[in-house]
Amino acid sequence: MLSFLSKRLLVALLVCVTVSALSFGLMFLSGDPAIAIAGSGGRAEDAEAIRVAYGFDRPLVIQYLDWIGSALTGDLGQSIYFNVPVTEIIGNRVGVTLTLGFISFLVALVIAVPLGIAAALRPNGWIDRIALVIAVSGQAIPSFWLGLMAIVVFGVWYGMVPISGAETWQGYILPVVVLSYYAIPELMRITRSGMIDVLATDYVRAAKAKGLPMHLVISRHALRNAVLPLVSLAAVQLGQLLSGSIVIESVFALNGLGRLAWESLLRSDLPVVQAIILILSLLYVVLTTLADILNAVLDPRLRGAS
Amino acid sequence: MTDKMLDIRNLKVALPTERGTLNAVRGVDLSIAKGETLCLVGESGCGKSLTATALMGLLPRYAKVTADRFEMAGQDLTAKTDAKLAKMRGRDVAMIFQDPTSALNPTLTIGRQLTEGVMRAEKLSRKEADARAIEMLDRVGIANPAARLTQYPHGFSGGQRQRIMIASALMGRPKLLIADEPTTALDVTIQAQILALLGELQADLGLSLLLITHDLGVVAAIATEVAVMYAGRIAERAPVKDLFRAPQHPYTQGLLAAIPVPGLTPRGSALPAIPGRVPGLIGTMTGCAFRDRCALAGAECSQDPVPRHSPAPGRFVECYKAAEVAA
Repeated sequence: MLSFLSKRLLVALLVCVTVSALSFGLMFLSGDPAIAIAGSGGRAEDAEAIRVAYGFDRPLVIQYLDWIGSALTGDLGQSIYFNVPVTEIIGNRVGVTLTLGFISFLVALVIAVPLGIAAALRPNGWIDRIALVIAVSGQAIPSFWLGLMAIVVFGVWYGMVPISGAETWQGYILPVVVLSYYAIPELMRITRSGMIDVLATDYVRAAKAKGLPMHLVISRHALRNAVLPLVSLAAVQLGQLLSGSIVIESVFALNGLGRLAWESLLRSDLPVVQAIILILSLLYVVLTTLADILNAVLDPRLRGAS
Repeated sequence: MTDKMLDIRNLKVALPTERGTLNAVRGVDLSIAKGETLCLVGESGCGKSLTATALMGLLPRYAKVTADRFEMAGQDLTAKTDAKLAKMRGRDVAMIFQDPTSALNPTLTIGRQLTEGVMRAEKLSRKEADARAIEMLDRVGIANPAARLTQYPHGFSGGQRQRIMIASALMGRPKLLIADEPTTALDVTIQAQILALLGELQADLGLSLLLITHDLGVVAAIATEVAVMYAGRIAERAPVKDLFRAPQHPYTQGLLAAIPVPGLTPRGSALPAIPGRVPGLIGTMTGCAFRDRCALAGAECSQDPVPRHSPAPGRFVECYKAAEVAA
């Protein structure tokens, strides 16, 4: 287990370095940031002054090392647009995104996993068919449309929930519903197919032959093996829910990270965009590493020990 | 109740398919006395594994199982079969499977897999259950059993895993053990060891053993009784010596003739084979299922019911021509 851990963490560290360099470099591919900051009416001298003031005239490697060096000490630079520390801006916004992402993820898991299991226990039964309809519609309906419809029906017509913002907890209801509905299909399908595979194995038959009751056969023998692919997928899904809710945050006017990233891109607020990309990529690295460790805990074969 | 550990009459298993009902088991009679080893032999697809799985009550829900009589380990299961079987599995009757690699859960320690059944059924403490697991592992020839309880299946060889499966089946001290081709997935040398182990355990513990195989070598090595299955029915049943010495069903004769005998079968000569193919079992069938492949078949062979002769107690053969075969 120890050698597995150290190997896995080393890989994670290498991915972090690569990802941070890429996210830093990508920003310069979209054009000269100094010209973008100077604006369309800016003169060449203004752009030159900006270039010197922000250090864009230095070699890229130096700029990267400078940026990553201060990032390691917790300093992600100053926002060009607001002229306040980036960490402060992000700190104000991250709460909404984390709340929305985690709650949606939990709701999705709590619905998708039992539904997937129930569907797998009787393939082509009525639960399986309902689950299939949910999965197909969830994957086919765009979340912005579903979000808008939900606002119209539950916010405007019935007035049951606020139509936008997250000042009260009720404001989270619709975004969570829409976001988890987007996450459910994949989680459910992988639970279902994993369970169907595992339920057909000899060790499940052997567990029944031992006289174990069905709920133990399912929870102890089948589920433990069926969740292995689910864990990997869930980590990626959680990353998407935490980072990819730009559309949902825009539709519901929630001031989260996704919306901040979008606004900052429009404002060419480079340090903020870089910081968000860095944070989100690191988040993915952490989540997939955690998923791998969790899988190793569940499956001794992955630990490379007997 | 009798001294029989298993007594079933007219067991039928029907499976719905897209092309109609597959009558895979079409009225099987089996009985095993206490301490006896019955080998159920037949080729792939003849229904022997389905029969065994039906005895354990482990067939999928869509399989339709019926029997006129179903008695096992001293209990009458003819009515409410599923509910009663659920209480007997792992205790009165246990099963081992063909492929020990896939029959052990890769994510649980073997200690856990051995003990989980009895801890529940007999309310044993972890300590008591572990002690019994160590005893059983020792019995099946796993060295240093106490230390191995915490290991996972992937740390064991195929032969060791089958030994562990056997130990697991013995945990509940069953009266009847069903072994579904327990040596098919193993090396030849390991096969012999596992068979010897089964024979030994069977004698020591007074187990009744139902062993399913397509290997007549296995039959000769371990059986006291043999039932030859063909197309979902028992064609012939006899004590092992009688069967090998004087088979009375043309199918049994064909099977025995196809075994090469070292020293007797000339090198390079073609082994005799049974011509034709196994009939499809979808829909109903009348008469003898073997008649299309049988050299002796006559007009009467397509009539129902095929007569059953019983030349001696414990022996029967289902064939119109049994008298000709025996002669």
